[in-house]
Amino acid sequence: MKKQIASASQKPIAFARDFFSYAIKGGNLYYGWLLFLSFFVVVGLYTSYVQMTKGLIVTGATDQIIWELFISNFIFTAHIAAAAVLVVIPAYIYKREDMKHLAVLGEIIALTFVIIGLNFIFFHMGRPDRFWHAIPGLGIFNFPSSMLTYDIIVLNTYLGINLVAVSYLLYKRYLGQPINTKFYTPLIYVAVAWGPLIHIVTAFILSSNAGISAWHTAVLPFAFLSMAGASGSALIIIFFLLIRKFSKMDIADSVIDFFSQVIVWSLGIIILVFASEFFTELYPGTHHAASLEYMIHGHHGLNAYVPWFWWTMALIVIPFILLLSSKVRKSYNFLLPLISLVVFLIILIEKPAVLVFPSFSPTPLGEYAVYHPTLIEIFNVLFIWASGFIILTLLTKGAIGVLTGEVQDSQTVEGDAK
Amino acid sequence: MSEDKRKKDIAEGQDDGKAKESRRDFLKKLGVATAATTVAPAATAKAGSIAEALQTHFRLMSDDEKKNAIARLEKRYTEQFSKQVTVADTPAPEGVLFGYALNISKCIGCRRCVEACVRENNQSRDPAIQWIRVLRMERGNNTFELKELNEGSPSSNPLGDYGIQSGGHADKHVGLSGSTEHYYEPEQVPEDDAIYFPVQCQQCEDPACVKACPVRATFRDPNGIVVIDYNWCIGCRMCQLACPYWARRFNWGEPVLPNEDMNPKTHYLGNRPRMRGVMEKCTFCLQRVRDGRYPACVEACPVGARKFGNLLDPKSEVRKILATKKVFRFKEEFNTDPKFFYYMD
Ligand code: SF4
Ligand code: SF4
Repeated sequence: MKKQIASASQKPIAFARDFFSYAIKGGNLYYGWLLFLSFFVVVGLYTSYVQMTKGLIVTGATDQIIWELFISNFIFTAHIAAAAVLVVIPAYIYKREDMKHLAVLGEIIALTFVIIGLNFIFFHMGRPDRFWHAIPGLGIFNFPSSMLTYDIIVLNTYLGINLVAVSYLLYKRYLGQPINTKFYTPLIYVAVAWGPLIHIVTAFILSSNAGISAWHTAVLPFAFLSMAGASGSALIIIFFLLIRKFSKMDIADSVIDFFSQVIVWSLGIIILVFASEFFTELYPGTHHAASLEYMIHGHHGLNAYVPWFWWTMALIVIPFILLLSSKVRKSYNFLLPLISLVVFLIILIEKPAVLVFPSFSPTPLGEYAVYHPTLIEIFNVLFIWASGFIILTLLTKGAIGVLTGEVQDSQTVEGDAK
Repeated sequence: MSEDKRKKDIAEGQDDGKAKESRRDFLKKLGVATAATTVAPAATAKAGSIAEALQTHFRLMSDDEKKNAIARLEKRYTEQFSKQVTVADTPAPEGVLFGYALNISKCIGCRRCVEACVRENNQSRDPAIQWIRVLRMERGNNTFELKELNEGSPSSNPLGDYGIQSGGHADKHVGLSGSTEHYYEPEQVPEDDAIYFPVQCQQCEDPACVKACPVRATFRDPNGIVVIDYNWCIGCRMCQLACPYWARRFNWGEPVLPNEDMNPKTHYLGNRPRMRGVMEKCTFCLQRVRDGRYPACVEACPVGARKFGNLLDPKSEVRKILATKKVFRFKEEFNTDPKFFYYMD
């Protein structure tokens, strides 16, 4: 009896050990990838030390453009974290057999991108040492007034839900036990509802600022969710194609097709959202449209954002048109991953270059400005991305080990042998 | 004390001085003594900075905690600036709602107010932080030229070659330049061809900034001034984003304030030196007005364009201006209800 209890309490430790020792094993390409990411972590440790000791002055932010690359990237991570439910919904709500085993990978993406996002927020804070002031109970939590408090709640809840869901499912698989659906299914439903929620709240953080007219629009949550659909599905396609190539995981073409459909729909909605926003702003041509006009044709020679704006628009419309063709969507080895990469990157770049930086011009007192990111800021961004991708790689590798049965509780293995 | 009660206290501006259990426990758990210890100076300094890092919101401090916090600050500032620095905790006077009125027909754009403000309020000299921004606009920028009037869009049309739908072009309307200059460098003021419009925190009655702050580091004091507890601000800049008047300035780096320029007479919620990573803005010179003095900008203005007083007192100068002059508020559409008024003779 005692022995059983002892071994039961050691099980989670054994799980963690087996999981990670499998996760860190791989071929040369795998090590090369991790080494590549580690380079940015090492450099990033130094650059974040500089930022933490000198303050945000080492970034390009000023009183004119107060949001830096960190928060711009945070919005993007919220896109992906929210979009991860696109793997879970078909599996659990539409009960698609070809995706059931993949749902956990979607949750791993959600988990990782929330972690990356929280890291970006940490780097965005002027006084990260005082983060405890925003912990309910310990500090003062200005709920329900401050929009940021909603974001703190929804992000951390989403992190918690996904952490529990992922580790529970993998642990049960590891032990070879069936999952308790009474516990797991409700959790999944909450996660599915929560994904879009984190994103809607993030949009409200922006649109609640009446002074920044480019953000003060009701279409923002729709823009964000459709961008999530496009960039998230793009990442998932690349991710699944890689997994299919490099592991024994079996991912059917129908799964990939589902996500390329989602990209088409999402890009279509983005185009509509942009069109209606542009029309509403430009036709009356009030001062409310000043930021948009600044992006479209500059202001008195300040036209740094003009090419970014037009390239972004072009690279949203062109993939949409291309993906309408089923030939392109079926080109799993070349065109589809390429277009997915473009969609992923353009929506990433859209965040600072179109959504955030130009929206600060004109300032409430009419100044126009251009943002100049610094090297330290860029390396800190890369640091956060690289550490996030290390987490994503290790968790995915370990999860694949569990799902394919290569990582198993030793007793389960013995049982199987008998 | 429950969260709600604490919030209510902040909202009502009561410093009731009751013990704050949750935070006390937190301090105890970390093994930090709240009382200052008298060991080696380095150790005291360290204990001081740890205690400062763990202190609560100013509004929630007990009288003892306030006294300790202020003593710590005075000691730190006195050492840092090599002069005797005082940090006051003068309470808000009863029955007062502070208001400001600025005569734009008198303002000559000399920016003496900006300079006085920087000196009085210990703003960082490098990077330079200024709470007041004086905008310069060209006088006579509404001139119309016949030549331009006939070059509208559509340019040629069966109805005639006139810009009948919109005079001028989409980007350049006839007769309007519409630009504001922030960084003008004139040889002499006032310039014949310019008008000036100073902007600073409008001390809104319904402040967008206060609503946005996640930790209530910025709040409206009982006299209607919006202040910041620099030790409670987490540097998230939500308030700066929310303010429609571009009134808030952030300490992006470590503020630099030369010893000789430092104003040693400070208030906890007013002009005490700030630290890196926190927000600051105009407080109507809280350290002065709570003592019954005028804000520094009011005293510095050479043409008497700036007036200040108690909005609740019908005999005060501001109230007289509100009753007799042509008064308006800047950006009324934001509905933040400023207590800063502009007027013309
Ligand atoms: S002007 Fe801006 S900073 Fe001042 S009270 Fe109003 S919203 Fe707040
Ligand atoms: S920067 Fe400071 S004062 Fe402003 S919202 Fe954040 S915590 Fe509050």
